[in-house]
Amino acid sequence: MAKKLAIIASKGTLDSAYPPFLLASTAIALGFEVKIFFTFYGLQLLNKELNLKVSPLGNPAMPMPVTIPSIVQIIPGLEWFATWMMKRKLKKKGVASLEELRDICIETGVELIACQMTVDLFDFKNENFIEGISRGGAATFLEFAGDADITLYI
Amino acid sequence: MMSHFDVELDTSGLNCPLPVLKARKALAEMTAGQRLHLIVTDAGANKDIPAFSKMTGNPLIETNEQDGKLHFILEKGAV
Repeated sequence: MAKKLAIIASKGTLDSAYPPFLLASTAIALGFEVKIFFTFYGLQLLNKELNLKVSPLGNPAMPMPVTIPSIVQIIPGLEWFATWMMKRKLKKKGVASLEELRDICIETGVELIACQMTVDLFDFKNENFIEGISRGGAATFLEFAGDADITLYI
Repeated sequence: MMSHFDVELDTSGLNCPLPVLKARKALAEMTAGQRLHLIVTDAGANKDIPAFSKMTGNPLIETNEQDGKLHFILEKGAV
């Protein structure tokens, strides 16, 4: 019997989008069966066009080239700059793009489940999501997680 | 000198988890008993590739370091 990995992806920032796709694709390579349940802001990871951002605001641990006081971080463009810097760094260091990791997850059979309640809550449009995802609720996730070897909330 | 191999995969410059993902793909296209020469610059591979080998049943035949790169020989296991 294959080991099972169950993940809840609840966040929609660029940095928080990495762990679910990275661990899921690696787990498949190690022979796991994997399901990711996308809920709340995590649903943004299922959009065809990934337009995720990262912000130093409220995240004092984010390495920045110069220290920028929180009060200054509200200036327009800073979030754009931080995102651009992060993406450049990821590429320079040979880290896969999110799109690449997500494609590998889809190709290798990770089941991607969109939380139906959140889709309804935010009026997300079906046509904006990638194809091949399934829908479900809390019971769908818990049924799989109930006999998963690893369960992660991200 | 590395022992003999059938397929070479150079993942130099790529970071975690790409070397493992690419190794999986390469091994999937090989037949049991064939050997993969995997070249990695990601330092984490020192632990990751043995873990991958152990969990997937593709024995790690040889490991060494040359010119700052890690070289692994993995043998495709019987499925």
